[in-house]
Amino acid sequence: MVLFSILSASAGASSLLRLSPIDLFIIVIYFFVVLAIGFYLKKFAGTGEDFFLAGRKMTAWIAGLSFISANLSSLETMGWSAMAYQYGMLGAHAYLIGAIPAILFLAVVMMPFYYISRTHSVPGYLQMRYGEGARSVAGISFSFMTVAVSGASMFAMAKILNLLLGWDMNVSIWVASITVAIYVTLGGLLSAVFNEVLQFFLIWLGSLLIPILGLIDAGGWNNLMATIQKNVAVIHPTVQNADFTSLWRNLGSFASNPMGIDWFGMIFGFGIAVGFGYWCTDFLQVQRVIVAKDLRSAQNGTLIGAALKMLVPLIVTIPGLLGLAVLFNPDGSTMVLVPESDPRAGITHHTFNDVLPLLMGQYLGPGLLGLGVTAMIAGFMSGMAGNVSAFATVWTYDVYKPLLNKKATDRHYLAMGRWSSVIGILISILTAYSLFYFSNILEYLQVLVFFFIVPLFGTVILGMLWKRATPAGGFWGFLIAILFSISMWAYVHTFPDGYKPQPKATLAPGAVVSMETMEQGGSEALSLIVVESGRVDLVNVPVPGFDPGQAVTVKDAPVALPVTVPMKNVDTPVQILAPEVVMADSREKHQFGVEGVLVYLKPGVEVHSTLISKRFAPAAFNPDHAKVIARSEKAKPMAVNMYSGWWSLVVCVLITVMVSLFTKPKSDAELKNLVMGLTPRPKEAPCPWYQKPVFWASVVALALIAVNLLFW
Amino acid sequence: MESHYEKQIPIWFFIGGIVLVYGLLILAAGLFHWLSPPPADARVRLWDLHADIWWGVLLLILGSFYVIKYRPRKKIAEL
Repeated sequence: MVLFSILSASAGASSLLRLSPIDLFIIVIYFFVVLAIGFYLKKFAGTGEDFFLAGRKMTAWIAGLSFISANLSSLETMGWSAMAYQYGMLGAHAYLIGAIPAILFLAVVMMPFYYISRTHSVPGYLQMRYGEGARSVAGISFSFMTVAVSGASMFAMAKILNLLLGWDMNVSIWVASITVAIYVTLGGLLSAVFNEVLQFFLIWLGSLLIPILGLIDAGGWNNLMATIQKNVAVIHPTVQNADFTSLWRNLGSFASNPMGIDWFGMIFGFGIAVGFGYWCTDFLQVQRVIVAKDLRSAQNGTLIGAALKMLVPLIVTIPGLLGLAVLFNPDGSTMVLVPESDPRAGITHHTFNDVLPLLMGQYLGPGLLGLGVTAMIAGFMSGMAGNVSAFATVWTYDVYKPLLNKKATDRHYLAMGRWSSVIGILISILTAYSLFYFSNILEYLQVLVFFFIVPLFGTVILGMLWKRATPAGGFWGFLIAILFSISMWAYVHTFPDGYKPQPKATLAPGAVVSMETMEQGGSEALSLIVVESGRVDLVNVPVPGFDPGQAVTVKDAPVALPVTVPMKNVDTPVQILAPEVVMADSREKHQFGVEGVLVYLKPGVEVHSTLISKRFAPAAFNPDHAKVIARSEKAKPMAVNMYSGWWSLVVCVLITVMVSLFTKPKSDAELKNLVMGLTPRPKEAPCPWYQKPVFWASVVALALIAVNLLFW
Repeated sequence: MESHYEKQIPIWFFIGGIVLVYGLLILAAGLFHWLSPPPADARVRLWDLHADIWWGVLLLILGSFYVIKYRPRKKIAEL
């Protein structure tokens, strides 16, 4: 009941929703159950193999559900719902071309190498195949990435619980972190896997009602598609001619889809580089299936994951699409969500990432809302737990053991695993707030993926399929590709001529204003804003007499702010943001955000003027540089990331091959059980055709083709 | 399907238990709001479909199935 009191007490008055006692009770039950599971499983995690690899005794179903749940965190569901809102049906490719071919490849081609080599981790495979150099690079970069993603999960959870329920962000972060720390520290991977399977059920049972009710509300699928295409002119005016409702027919050119990508970038960038990198070599994923009880279970578990993955668009992509059609403002107009980087975000507009919670609030009543929020919390905590348990394994086995303490006992490494779980969570908390630099939660993840995971895939796959790849080739190919990835990222955020944010006038809280409206298209629109008193902060709005960097008070006569400012030969409208102003006539508090409206500042108003011009802006993409990487100036951030992934894979393969041709390879004896042609499959008991991995891989591949044709 | 450790209580039992309890709570909340409807401006969209009632029943059935099928047997309790 302590948790119940904390959650009740931390609820703020400004939240979108208020949970009823039954909702809070449902959430508290979840925390109780996961902690109980952690304490129960402690006795089964007595050795290093138990703690880090769950005793290598998973059945195919548990391995498969865990495999897919580790990727079904709320970061994923919220992020890809936001992507569907931003990019339309193309968002579903995260579950189709961006995932299924890679998972099938993992199950059929790569799993035998992982499994037969008896590695405990992907960096562990690199050590056996290439030596310590490649393992150290992978171990250190993976450790960094896992805690960063875990931090992203924490931040997202705290933010959404704050938005939805008004919970204090610190309370959310610490309650969730302590719970995860307890159950992962006690039960290790076994505990993380149990909770992932539990989360799988909760997330489906808590989320599936949203698309069901949403589709009823929208009048069915065809009506939904028609409404979306009508609404995008209002919601996404810059890409209003793009097709939001198809998977492939809009990929013929960069301009015909909202992502600014073509079929080549989608297949080779998303499908091959990012998809294969993430699903085949991200240890968080692979760890779930290499701990299965035998090779066939590992392969079938992976295929179960692939089949389930194709269903996820039901609870992720469809809600994102519903957001384009069934969300309305109180006055009945279509609700417009904006990116996190938009100055109006959080003041007058919700963001892309809020689409799923907004739909939850719209459709789920008491009890169901508690289940929906529990599913969301479970997803976040599961995401944290998965990353932390993977971090503990890689840190202990691939960094601490080979580099710092080679000859300790199993008991010592077990203790190190438990401590590193706690430390991993603490580091995650520190990384949580860096997300403000990115316009979308998932783009943050994408950036990390193409920094580390894509080069890792290039290195691992060459190691598995080409026995001529040498230790020096693997090391240099991997390292240079990582550096190349980071360089591409820095390049697209660099502005040689200076990046100037859109001109903006922010009316400080408490400023007194009066406004005039005029009828426009059947509704009232602001036509004039008069600031009577208070302070106004100007960014990139040049006004004669207001020197940048100085506070100036308007004297004698009112001053008019420019409605537009020329930037790169384009007249850019000035944004006017008023998060909390006071109306001059009624003295009531008010907030608004508009652009391109005439503003008068009356005598006595204090003005702070700033001119901002940056050479490096992580929140903005330089279209001239993005064009070099993504082949089009229309490329959106996601398209740039896809192409960046592709180029880093190309660089990794080229460098590895070139260096390998001039350096000495390992002998066949050293490569036994690691490389194609030198890895005999273990003898397994005969099984009927319907249990063979190849059969199920074919079924999933046919289903993938059918889905793509259906929504072509 | 069996647990990956024979001595362990299967994960499916934990899942069944929590889904069963959630089903009961959501069904109870749905019935309460059906019999004592909230004011019109406090209702969620499509309130008249009473999704909480049929979803609660669904959870109840699913949870009961897992609890009954995977309940700890005497053999396990002795270990």
